Amino acid sequence: MSKPIVIDPITRLEGHGKIIILLDDNGSAVDAYLQIPELRGFEKFLVGRPAEDAPQITSRICGVCPTAHHMAATKALDDLYAVEPPLPAKKVRELVYNLFMFEDHLLHFYVLGGPDFIVGPKAPKSERNIFGVLRKVGPEVVSKVIKTRKTARDMITAIAGKVIHPVFGLPGGIARPIDEGLRKKLLEASNEFLELALFTHEIFKKVILSNKEYVDLILSDVYTHKTYYMGLVDEANRVNFYDGKLRVVDPDGREYAKFDVHEYLNHIAEHVEPWTYVRFSYLRNIGWRGFTDGISSGIFSVAPLARLNAADGMATPHAQEAYEEMFNTIGHKPVHHTLAMHWARVVEILQAAEKVKELAEDPEITDPNIRNIPEAPKGIGIGVVEAPRGVLIHHYETDDKGIIRKANLLVATQHNSARISLSVGKAAKNLIKNGEVSEGLLNMVEMAFRAYDPCHACATHNLPVDFKPVIYLYDLRGNLIKIIK
Amino acid sequence: MSEKVKVALYWCASCGGCEEAVVDLGEDLIRLSNMIDIVFWPVAVDFKRSDVEEMPDGSIDISFINGGIRLTEHEEMVKLLRRKSKLVVAFGSCAQTGGVPGLANLLSRDEILRYIYVEAPTVVNFEGSMPKEEVAVTSRHKIELPRLLKYVKALDQVIDVDYYIPGCAPTPEVVRRSLEILLGGKLPPKGSVLGASNKSLCDECDLNKTKPEKILLKDVKRVHEVKLDLSKCYLAQGVICLGPVTRGGCGTLCIKGGMPCTGCSGPLDNVKDFGARAISYLASILDYEDEVQARKVIEEYIVDPVGWLYRYSLPKSLVRGKYQGLESDKHE
Repeated sequence: MSKPIVIDPITRLEGHGKIIILLDDNGSAVDAYLQIPELRGFEKFLVGRPAEDAPQITSRICGVCPTAHHMAATKALDDLYAVEPPLPAKKVRELVYNLFMFEDHLLHFYVLGGPDFIVGPKAPKSERNIFGVLRKVGPEVVSKVIKTRKTARDMITAIAGKVIHPVFGLPGGIARPIDEGLRKKLLEASNEFLELALFTHEIFKKVILSNKEYVDLILSDVYTHKTYYMGLVDEANRVNFYDGKLRVVDPDGREYAKFDVHEYLNHIAEHVEPWTYVRFSYLRNIGWRGFTDGISSGIFSVAPLARLNAADGMATPHAQEAYEEMFNTIGHKPVHHTLAMHWARVVEILQAAEKVKELAEDPEITDPNIRNIPEAPKGIGIGVVEAPRGVLIHHYETDDKGIIRKANLLVATQHNSARISLSVGKAAKNLIKNGEVSEGLLNMVEMAFRAYDPCHACATHNLPVDFKPVIYLYDLRGNLIKIIK
Repeated sequence: MSEKVKVALYWCASCGGCEEAVVDLGEDLIRLSNMIDIVFWPVAVDFKRSDVEEMPDGSIDISFINGGIRLTEHEEMVKLLRRKSKLVVAFGSCAQTGGVPGLANLLSRDEILRYIYVEAPTVVNFEGSMPKEEVAVTSRHKIELPRLLKYVKALDQVIDVDYYIPGCAPTPEVVRRSLEILLGGKLPPKGSVLGASNKSLCDECDLNKTKPEKILLKDVKRVHEVKLDLSKCYLAQGVICLGPVTRGGCGTLCIKGGMPCTGCSGPLDNVKDFGARAISYLASILDYEDEVQARKVIEEYIVDPVGWLYRYSLPKSLVRGKYQGLESDKHE
């Protein structure tokens, strides 16, 4: 038996991780484990904190997607205090949220995941990064990306106070209004955002889709799993990042469930493994069948490809066009090819940019009516958003003074963690054979997780405590037999 | 041309915000790439731990380390980077004083583990399976997992630290100024806090001119209860703003965003315990002469003294949390 190969740390992702590849006597991979050595315990130390501090405390779960946690917590506070934000405040929140989705996805495409394609999966490791991208596509392109992303982030700072850990979310509204001067700047910038979104879509097609080797890689069985998909949709079942209902489709693309976030405990359960700190989400009513895909396994996926699979379309015209192009080109829906996640992410960059423009054009966003002052908390508050990396749920319970007594945070990468494990295992088994191990091949194993843009800071900083709203009775084989509410 | 400065960036129990703070240098980062050579930076560059292990001791010029120390692996990595580096800089409030995740020191490790893996409502774990330091995944293969330490530590509670960059996260300006100092060649005394000011945040706040000479508060309001007049000092309106005791340099971003300062840049030079300093300040502005009444007001309105005053600094405080003073915990 050969010594395991350990990739430590895995790189170009948010947070920590290691891949451990187990080998047989011939040096072929028999299995691989993506281990996440990280744990902080937010839900537990949230207890005792005032609920209104949750948006700022939970943003510290993730500094790459702080806006997602900030917003999920803020929406949970609206629910906790049963207070709706005035329409202008809601629009400003959605504007900030789409700015964030835009800049976060850009980061992944150009800095984290993109270099594997733009520079090449087996390029020297000193080149497979943003600096390599710079040398490949030219400084003017990278400079444009950096400038535009900075503009988007500066806009978030201008509205939300800080871009790394925003402060503007309050139950029933936001902390400060935006003025006409800022709206004009936003409007101007939104043209630049849309331009870069369209340009990125072109780059994707030019660099990746026109390269047969890459297309084969995307479509190859090595990076394919047939699982369920979950995403937020609006009333017309279109992708919505800020609000809506959770929709699940099965591996054949049929709607399996559609529910309000208040029912999430009925639909999502988690499995524990002793070799990692992350927990593995699965569909409670299908059940945990181990690390296997297919219609009888409760493993599901979230994030861009899952969102597109779970929806019937996009909410904006350019994104819709790109959405149709993607599914028509691949020829089936849902798309089970993990690396197509990169494509789906570019489609979402378009929707985010178009949404920003649409909202910046709306004069109502400068209306100073941005706060409804809440009264007494009603005890429980639950909020959901689509983080760039997928469905994010915050759930708080408080005493009558609004002090948190229980907290439960279900984070995107947890939902993806089982499918990521499948992906890494399958990639290793297909790529590492007969003792042939190169740095490039190992990177191709890493590409199996990187497509998901996982956030292991998010995935492991959770610490749910014991709610007892529902009792689930299982038989000894783990089949759900009864739900007692 | 002189040789490029070799730089490593690493994260421990962190959120990635400090990495974003570096990416937010934007075009400066591209310019910097002509002056510095990034030899380790897991978020963006593919060098591995073994690459660092192979480097000669002292061959990295500067290591920037963010995040608190929460796992045995973090201890190993920061000790490795210390050995390989001429200078170590604690980057951001988690590395400097423990940060928000340091609030976990209010709890024991076992309480944390039990909740996460067994008691959580979404968890289905009949066997009570928990993360283990060593797991046999097949009859022939074992996998090791780093252990969760008993509590969170700041970086200088584990290794020798040369400089500190404050903030959660440090703003691009603070990072830029710090880099100018570090790359400029004229190094300040060891232990200095870089890139920020040594005056309180009020000193750079636009609302300072509206701050009364003497603030006297009859009650304290929580942020969600009140519509602040954004053109006037928030503290004077009865909302706890920690600007008076917090190090300046961030540009008052939260205050400009319509919310009070929560103290992420930490205390000024020579203040050991941020929360104690904040308590002392609060005591000076609460308008009560008789202790019984003052105590009542504090109980009524200061609903979360630890979360408000030690949000970023519990591990470095005199209070410390659950493990204060226990001999048996000093080894972990």
